[in-house]
Amino acid sequence: MTALAAYTTSTGEAFQFWVLGTVAVIGALCTILMRKAVHSALCLAGTMIILAVFYLANGAYFLGIVQIVVYTGAIMMLFLFVVMLVGVTAADSLKETIKGQRWLALLCGLGFAILLFAGIGNASLKDFNGLAKANENGNVEGLATLIFTKYVFAFEITGALLITATVGAMVLTHRERTERAKTQRELAEERVREGKHLPPLPAPGVYARHNAVDIAGLLPDGTPSELTVSRTLRERGQIRDVSTEALNDLRALEQRATDRLERPDLRRTDPGRNGDGDPAAERAAAVAGEQTEEASK
Amino acid sequence: MNTENLIALLVAAPLLGAAVLLCGGRRLDRVGHWIGTLLSALSFVIGLVLFTDMLGKGAEERSLHQHLFSWIPVEGFQADVAFQLDQLSMTFVLLISGVGTLIHLYSIGYMEHDERRRRFFGYLNLFLAAMLLLVLADNYLLLYVGWEGVGLASYLLIGFWQHKPSAATAAKKAFLVNRVGDMGLSIAIMLMFTTFGTFAFGPVLESTGETSEGKLTAIGLMLLLAACGKSAQVPLQSWLGDAMEGPTPVSALIHAATMVTAGVYLIVRSGEIFNAAPDAQLAVTVVGAVTLLFGAIVGCAKDDIKKALAGSTMSQIGYMILAAGLGPIGYVFAIMHLVTHGFFKAGLFLGAGSVMHGMNDEVDMRKYGGLRKYMPVTFVTFGLGYLAIIGFPGLSGFFSKDKIIEAAFAKGGTEGWILGSVALLGAAITAYYMTRVMLLTFFGEKRWQPDADGNAPHPHESPRSMTIPMILLAVGSVFAGGFFSIGDRFMHWLEPVTHHDHGDSPLSAATVTGATMVVLVVGVTLAWFQYGRRPVPVVAPRGSLLTRAARKDLLQDDFNHVVLVRGGEHLTRSLVYVDHTLVDGVVNGTAASVGGLSGRLRKLQNGYARSYAVSMFGGAAVLIVATLLMRAV
Amino acid sequence: MNPVNYLYLAALLFAIGATGVLIRRNAIVVFMCIELMLNACNLAFVAFSRLHGNLDGQIIAFFTMVVAAAEVVVGLAIIVSLFRSRHSASVDDASLMKL
Repeated sequence: MTALAAYTTSTGEAFQFWVLGTVAVIGALCTILMRKAVHSALCLAGTMIILAVFYLANGAYFLGIVQIVVYTGAIMMLFLFVVMLVGVTAADSLKETIKGQRWLALLCGLGFAILLFAGIGNASLKDFNGLAKANENGNVEGLATLIFTKYVFAFEITGALLITATVGAMVLTHRERTERAKTQRELAEERVREGKHLPPLPAPGVYARHNAVDIAGLLPDGTPSELTVSRTLRERGQIRDVSTEALNDLRALEQRATDRLERPDLRRTDPGRNGDGDPAAERAAAVAGEQTEEASK
Repeated sequence: MNTENLIALLVAAPLLGAAVLLCGGRRLDRVGHWIGTLLSALSFVIGLVLFTDMLGKGAEERSLHQHLFSWIPVEGFQADVAFQLDQLSMTFVLLISGVGTLIHLYSIGYMEHDERRRRFFGYLNLFLAAMLLLVLADNYLLLYVGWEGVGLASYLLIGFWQHKPSAATAAKKAFLVNRVGDMGLSIAIMLMFTTFGTFAFGPVLESTGETSEGKLTAIGLMLLLAACGKSAQVPLQSWLGDAMEGPTPVSALIHAATMVTAGVYLIVRSGEIFNAAPDAQLAVTVVGAVTLLFGAIVGCAKDDIKKALAGSTMSQIGYMILAAGLGPIGYVFAIMHLVTHGFFKAGLFLGAGSVMHGMNDEVDMRKYGGLRKYMPVTFVTFGLGYLAIIGFPGLSGFFSKDKIIEAAFAKGGTEGWILGSVALLGAAITAYYMTRVMLLTFFGEKRWQPDADGNAPHPHESPRSMTIPMILLAVGSVFAGGFFSIGDRFMHWLEPVTHHDHGDSPLSAATVTGATMVVLVVGVTLAWFQYGRRPVPVVAPRGSLLTRAARKDLLQDDFNHVVLVRGGEHLTRSLVYVDHTLVDGVVNGTAASVGGLSGRLRKLQNGYARSYAVSMFGGAAVLIVATLLMRAV
Repeated sequence: MNPVNYLYLAALLFAIGATGVLIRRNAIVVFMCIELMLNACNLAFVAFSRLHGNLDGQIIAFFTMVVAAAEVVVGLAIIVSLFRSRHSASVDDASLMKL
């Protein structure tokens, strides 16, 4: 690959470009169109890996490796970490709230793309010199020579920038504890003083027939109690509502009864349901339906 | 010691008096009048010292100059407080401080029972200081300061008895009418500054030859407006009659002898400007001639002794203005008549004050009669003043007024004939109305009755502090004219300042004098037939149309009301309408449109970072387009 | 194939990233789109490096990566603290600067 022609590329590289380039564009589009942040991040990682391949194809071996290691490896993992922190299952609504924002954005993006294309098309970029000569002592050595001679000050300053960014991140995220943490005893006494909720919080799903941490336990009257779910999940809004579960079960029971009695009209209206009577499968289907319902809100 | 250093003291003495008396408070009540009188006398004495010093010098060296300090020293705008004492100023200084001192003396007696006497003397001193500043200033700006100062003093003194609504109104009227004239003076000064770049007398008056006549005419007309306001000339004459609401010494000093003659001083002082602007000069003579008849006619009809004298004052100043409008032919005579008038009119007013003093402040002449037996000194001094003003041969008025009539004829051409005839007619009317005043007051049977409270007046002679000034002024009335005229002393004295031109009179001096004598006799006889032979009714008869109009000051107030007040109201109303609809419309419309536009633009700031990002991105795209287009061009 | 196609690809990716910045509300996704734009620029730099036949373009791309890393660190820290205080990572929720 080092001996690339100055004017045109090899057929192999052209093939690689068209295939991977298409994938990269699709990945980029997916990045901005996926409703869940975690999907976006994965698509972006894919695009970045393809870009790394392109770097390699262009003779930037060092950058290609750095792209994979630093970008895809470190930075994207940082993204994923933050996504996890914020809530991995939270999906964004793609409904636009600002009037005209989406159309304006599309117009701007499209117009900008056209402008860039026009600019590139107008520039005389026919004669590619190729990197054969620059890379003859090795790409990394060539870069090192430049970094430690011509760009040494910029390099030092980026070092300072990184340190500053590290400190800045720490300052932003770190919270100083201003008072001693309360012991368990003190917490218990406080609860007694307030008289609000003396016993330990109820476990999730205990009073219902479910045993998952994100499912609120039902009170005797059938309403879900938020107290039963962990605070973190509550704040993220990731509580699954199972108050309709009983009705669903009833409906499933009726369905099964219908199936057994072989009433064809009902079967035709609900062909997705199989009447094998497996309660676990029933529940899973119900939960999935609910989730889509919730997400479409 | 350099005598010019004394000039500032002339102003400073009465100014100090005013400050001490007005700030001193009640503890000065017992001596306040003496302080005021002494400081006024001090000013007169300094004036005399300077006068004798001046007499000892040659005619060309007599002009003294004192630069006190730079008032507004700005690049391109130099205003100095500097005094100029030449023969013209000297004449005024002696008249003002001399008559002023006599009237101070008179006021001690006249105001004896007034609890605010100290304040009165403070105001009088303030007036003296301002008036002396006016005549001593060496530039128009400082003159303006004095001009406003006398206006203020006049306002304060006319309204001295402010508990009387009529006095308060009269003071306001005088002040407002004077404002119109003052506006003229300020405009004149501004015009001078733009034309000559300075307003000092010397540079302005010397460079009139190099200036266009149009500008000089404008300046002259503005100065004439100023003179009209201060000297109560048509059309700004309406305040003088009402100004008689003030104490009589004030009428004598300010509204007869000195302040009202400031207009004459201004015109004579600015003679060079008027000489170079014949149109303005003609306007001056017209104003003088009209006022001369106007005042005389008003004086004939008034029953109030002070208002009759006020009409006379107006008329006599009309003579002076007329003379001043004649140019170099008349300047000297204008000033000479001013001085003699200062003597006899002050004397007449003091006489009137003395009569009122003895008659419980009654001013209606129809309720006097036969007073010569009760107040002999007043009668004699008033009589001498009377003879002087009508121009009885040998007395002051004879010399000065005769010269003005002569000069009016000497103007030449049709103008000369018209002006001379008007002046002659005025002399006849003067003789008529003054004889009327004399006969109504001192002759005939007594016509006074007890007033509503049953207090019958007991006419009596005034105290000595009042009679002495009257006697001194009477002496001046008798001899001043002769002293000035014999050997043309006064003419030679003033000539270096005002210059003189004999003109070419179509009539000989003897003819004019003869004619004057004839009209004098006619006027006196007419008055005697009307008021001396027949008993005078206590209640005024209805009279002819002219008499009734003259009683109402020839409808001057009605004219002012209809033309100025009503017209002003209409103008104001229409301006308010324009303001409300047009100006406010534009302003409010602008505000509303800006507000509306802002309200719409505000929506761009919706707080969403993404919206801002779109703007930024769009802006960047536009910039790129612009760059590409620039490169393509 | 002419290597200039890499530039067209970079332009396309950049425009996609910019559009994403404008239409997404989740701050993390917005951030990812910014990373996408930066990467597009890097690709252009690398292609230019090849065009000119020297390594300066690669150096600039390298510096871009460093700066992007620093930016990501600080940006994610800001998002985390924003999430802590507002319980939301939506950029529209941080619209306090309007009337």
